[in-house]
Order: sequence, then structure tokens, then C-alpha cells
Amino acid sequence: MTPNPYLWLIPVLPLAGAAINGFFGRHSSKKAITTIALVFPGVAFLLALIIALRFSSAQAPYYYDLAHWIRSGNFHADFSFYLDQLSLVMLLVVTGVGFLIHIYSVGYMWDDDGYYRFMCYLNLFMFFMLTLVLAKNYLLMFIGWEGVGLASYLLIGFWFVKDSAASAGKKAFIVNRIGDFGFLIALFLMIKHFGSLDFTRVFEQAATHPTETAGAGLLTSIGLLLMVGAAGKSAQIPLYVWLPDAMEGPTPVSALIHAATMVTAGVYMVARSHMIFERAPSAMTVVAIIGTLTALFAATIGIAQTDIKKVLAYSTVSQLGYMFMACGVGAFSAGIFHLMTHAFFKGLLFLAAGSVIHGIGGEQDMRKMGGLRTYMPWTFATMGIATLAISGIPPLAGFWSKDEILWRAFGVNWVYWLIGVVTAFITSFYMFRLMYLTFGGEYRGGPAVHDVKHQSADAHAMHDKAAHGGHGHGEPHESPWVMLGPLVVLAVLSLIGGFVGLGNRFEHFLAAVFQSPAHEAVNEAAEHSLEYMLMGVSISVAFLGWIVAYFLYSRRPELPARIAQSLGGLYRAVSNKYYVDELYAILFVQPVVEGSSAILWKGVDQGVIDATVNNTADIARHTSDNLRHMQSGNLRSYAGWVAAGGAVVIAYMIWMGVR
Amino acid sequence: MGNLSNVPLSYYLVLSGILFACGVLGFLIKRNIITVFMSIELMLNGVNLSFVAFAAHWHHLSGQIFVFFVMVVAAAEAAVGLAIIIAVYRTRETLNVDQVNLLKL
Repeated sequence: MTPNPYLWLIPVLPLAGAAINGFFGRHSSKKAITTIALVFPGVAFLLALIIALRFSSAQAPYYYDLAHWIRSGNFHADFSFYLDQLSLVMLLVVTGVGFLIHIYSVGYMWDDDGYYRFMCYLNLFMFFMLTLVLAKNYLLMFIGWEGVGLASYLLIGFWFVKDSAASAGKKAFIVNRIGDFGFLIALFLMIKHFGSLDFTRVFEQAATHPTETAGAGLLTSIGLLLMVGAAGKSAQIPLYVWLPDAMEGPTPVSALIHAATMVTAGVYMVARSHMIFERAPSAMTVVAIIGTLTALFAATIGIAQTDIKKVLAYSTVSQLGYMFMACGVGAFSAGIFHLMTHAFFKGLLFLAAGSVIHGIGGEQDMRKMGGLRTYMPWTFATMGIATLAISGIPPLAGFWSKDEILWRAFGVNWVYWLIGVVTAFITSFYMFRLMYLTFGGEYRGGPAVHDVKHQSADAHAMHDKAAHGGHGHGEPHESPWVMLGPLVVLAVLSLIGGFVGLGNRFEHFLAAVFQSPAHEAVNEAAEHSLEYMLMGVSISVAFLGWIVAYFLYSRRPELPARIAQSLGGLYRAVSNKYYVDELYAILFVQPVVEGSSAILWKGVDQGVIDATVNNTADIARHTSDNLRHMQSGNLRSYAGWVAAGGAVVIAYMIWMGVR
Repeated sequence: MGNLSNVPLSYYLVLSGILFACGVLGFLIKRNIITVFMSIELMLNGVNLSFVAFAAHWHHLSGQIFVFFVMVVAAAEAAVGLAIIIAVYRTRETLNVDQVNLLKL
């Protein structure tokens, strides 16, 4: 029995929506576009809910074969879907949060000229993301993987007339290519050694491999290459650089793709491949180290950012680091748990930030905000909830998942835990800093400022200008209900979403997938006291971060500038994101650009390819120019040539005869 | 007629070669198109002579038959060629081949 034989409809419906809006949207009314764009993912969400209700853990995993795709010898890769507890969680997160953000986008993008295009891309993204999480083999997963990359590229560069948006899109795409390269090699290795890309068959064979404790074997290589792919998609060190730039896209995109769903695809992929990682401890260690370092590194950058979306972007990178830390220490279900709660509160944070940006006319600089609490109470309340959630204040969602990760990390190595706790402190600090700067104090922006910034800030301003009839902006204002509705729903989820993890229920639900309850039950009583102690530490650092932020940005708002001044070079390094982009520019971008122009362009292309073509043409032209004179029209010269030819033939024959 | 077969084959071939060479020479150096045309006939007949000489020498009829073919073709060619020459003369009023040189790039 299957919970729903129409599982394949879930990804296909958004695709249909994308196709209809993509082909006909240009000439249809906004109402029609909205209907199409909301109904298709909405129905997909309903189907997902029905499936969740009828889901039975005893019977999972379910398989659905839609169609044959590649069949070559023993190698099979079909359009088939796979539904187990893990993909069910992802399915609900993607369709649920995705649908909410679709609703929000209606309000946010309504006045944009590319409204139909935006909705079409969003639906297209949903299709690829759902393909990614429902695929039954790595190849179909890769289709989704590349597809979300494409949708991400299209949406980051949505305002492509802006140069920075276009290049941010390119940057995201190219950096992701590097990761995809690793992913592809991993797939090739699987085909070579396992003869299949099907999850069940790959994992069956991986299970027969012994654990690779010493050195790097096949599974370690596959695991590390998969991690390269995951680092690209999920913005981990060293490939995280694209995500902050991706904030050039419209804010709903940042919420949907670059916070809630797509960037977590790497975590999903690593968790899905847990069978491989568990047998490759060194690969696991690498995953944990990368995750931990990314969490800390990105969080520190987040402190000094002034652009509200950039803060959230670095926060996302940092939170993804937590998820990888969880996967790296073998706590896959904790990672997925955090993935889910993060989708709620980070999606909410971005949407609320979008609401703020919308309300003050396209300004993204937090230094020009402030005092918005009174102007937009709903946005303030919901964003406040999300901030509490991400900071790990109980009993909100983020607390449960983050604490689970930290607890499990402590069990493997206390260094992970320590860095995780420090990061939690920083997270709490920069989030409350954001809150105080945005909503606390007095409004620091003015109508005049806003008009100057119109062009340079989020091009959302363009739409906003239209919304307000071009009369300038005046007072900040609350967003319409079509935008606030999703905020409220997500706020509720951020409030209560963590309770699914109570009593390890979430973990038990996923246990069938990860098959790792064995090392849980050891010495529970003794461990509980330790667990509560660690929990106490992480709660106190969360409050500590809050207090420090309150002190610095609410009580003594003149202090941060002085601190920044006294730190000098360190502060400059942090606010310039440690100059990583500049470093990459020198190390990788410039050599490639200069090498391409000197060797590939001027050397190979102009020197070899063009030269070959041009020289061939020149030789043909010159030769025929000379030979042309043979055709003089003079009959006797023709006769002469005939005679000469005959003479040559005769001479040749005589010469041959003599020999 | 006596003993024509006593004449060695080489005599015929040399004569044939001389006729052919005369034809080539005339073809190359004469400007009058009629003369050029006659030179072609001379070459054909030079070849014919060697055909019949070989036929007689080897007592083989195929050479003779070839000669008939060549003569038929030559006759047809003469008819067509002379017609062209008359047409050329009517339009250009000259028979000098050096002045009939429009067939070029």
C-alpha cells in the first residue's frame, strides 16, 4: 500500500505552473498569474500533507516508478521516487515553507514588471527542489541539484539590469559548478564500483564495505567528493562566498532558496548518504571540521555587517555549518531537525527583513533604520520570535535543534561543542544587534534619504516607488496582510516547531532511515545530568549574547563605534569579510581571467584556431588568384596546356618504360 | 598492290607520328580557326593511320573498326565545328582565335 499513488504529481504540479506562467504569463493578467502560481504549489503542499497523514513508518520506504529513463546494460537510472521518513520531512518543509513564501511573494513582487517571470521561476525552483528530495537515485537527485542551481541563478539575477545582481548570479552559478564537479566525480566512482546510482543498491553495497578506519579508501573518497558538492550547494568553507552575494536577489528568493530550502540540499544529500559516511570516519571528521569552522567563521563576519540581508546571509552560512557539524559527528537526525527548524525561523527572518525593506522603501542599511517597532508591530513581533528561536532561547524551535547538535557534538569531541557554544553566543549577539538596530531607538532614515538611495539599494525600491505612486516614501509602514500572513504562520512554527523533537521523537521518527539508535541508550541517567549542564551553558550564552547586544546597541549606542575604532585592523578585517573575496580574486579569479586572455584567447583561440582558419582561407585565395591566370580565354594557350600535359604523360610513360 | 606487308610497321608509325606532330604544331601556332580545325583532323588521321597499321600487322579487325568510328565522329565534329565557326564569323567577323577569347573569368 502506498500513502498516495500520485506522489509524482508533487514535483510535476509546480513544473506545470512554471510552464503555464512561463509561456503565457507575459500576456495574462496578474490575477491569473497569481492563481496559477499559487494553486499548483498549493495543491502539491496539500498532497504532501495527505501523504504525511497516511504515512506509515512501518511500511516505509515507498517506491514509485514513474518512467524508464536510462537503461544501459546493468546500469539503470529511472524516473523513480523514493519516500521515507527523511524525504517526508524534506517534502513537508519544501512544500510548506515554499508555499508560504509563494504567498508572500505575491505581495512583495506585485508591482514588479517581471512578476510573471518571478512566479514562473519560483515554481520552477519548487519542481527541481522536490525532484531533488524525492529522487530514488543519485542521477535524478543530480537533476534536481542542478535545477535548483539554475533556478537560484535565474532568481539571484532576477533584476539583471543591475550589474551587481547579474554578476552575483554568475558567481553563485560558477562556485556551485566547482562543488558539482566533486559531486559528479563521486557519482562516477559509484557507477564504477557499485555499478548503480540507485540509493538502495548503492547503500546495500556500501554496507558490505568494512569501515575505513585507516587511510582513504573508496568510501572515504566518495564521501569527501560528496562533501565538495555539499559545500558548494550549502555554502560551506571554502565555497561559501556565493551565498552573501546571492542577497542581490529579491528577498523572497533569499528566504526560499538561500535560507530555507536549496542551501540545505547539501545537508540532505550528506544525510541521505549516511551509509557511505558512516563507513568513512575520516570523511566524517572532515565534514564536522568544515561545519564547525564555517559556523564560527561566518558568525564572526555577521557581527560587522550593516546590510540587514547580509547579516542574515552570514547567519545562514553559520547555521548550515551547525547542520554539517551534526552530520559530521554522526547526528544526522539532529542535523535534519535543525534543517527543519532553521527553515522556519530563517525563512521567517528573511521574510520579515523583506517586510522591513518593503516598509521603508528599499533601504537595506540597518544604520538607516531604527525605531520601526512602532511602525510595523507585526513584523517586529514575528521577527522577534524568529530571533529568539535562532538564538537558542527555550522553548523556541532553534533551542531544541541547536542544543541537540551541541550535545551530540560534545559526545564526539568537546572542541566541536566549545566552538559551537561560542558560535551560539555570537549568533545571539548579532541577531539581537540586528533587532535593536532595526526596531529599537529612533527612526534614523528619512524620506529624503530614501529617495537618494532608491537606485542603489535593493532594486525592490523600483517596485516600491510604483506602489506608492512615486510620491516618495514618507513614513515607514506595515506590510499588507498577504505578506504578514506567512510571517505569522512561520512565527507559530518557529514557536512550536521544536516540540516535535521533545523526548527524541524526531530522532526516533528518522531512526529507521539512519539505523543508528544503538549508541543512544548508553548510560542514560548519568548522561542526563551532563546534558542538562550543557543545556544550561548554551542557554546562558544565548542570554549573554542578548544582554551584550542590549547593552551595546540599546543602552550605549555610541560604544560600538568606539570599540570598532579601538580594534582597528581586526574590525576592518571582519567587516571586509576577512578579505576572502579579495583573496579568491587573487588566487583563482585573476589567474583564470589572465590565463584565459593570455593563453586561451590570444594564444589558443587567436593563435591556433583563428590562425588555422584564416591561413587556410588565405592559402586558398592566393593559390587560386595565381591559378586564375591560366584561364585566359585564349584558345591556343589552352591547347598549349593540353599539349604540355600530353607531353608530361608521355614522358612519364617513357620513363616508367625505361625503368 | 604487291607486298604492302613487306613495309615494316615502324614506317607507318613514324609517318603517323609525323602527321600527329604536324597536327599538334598547327593547332598550337595557327591563328586561323579553320586551320586549327584542319589540324585537329590531321591529328585524328595520324592516329587512324597507326590504328590501321597495327590492325594489318596483327591481322586483327578491331583496329579497322576503330578507324570507322573515328571517321564517323570526325565527320560529325566537322559538321558541328563548321557550324560553330560560321556562327562565330557572323557575330565577330573574324576567324582569328586570339580574338575569340571571351571564355574566361
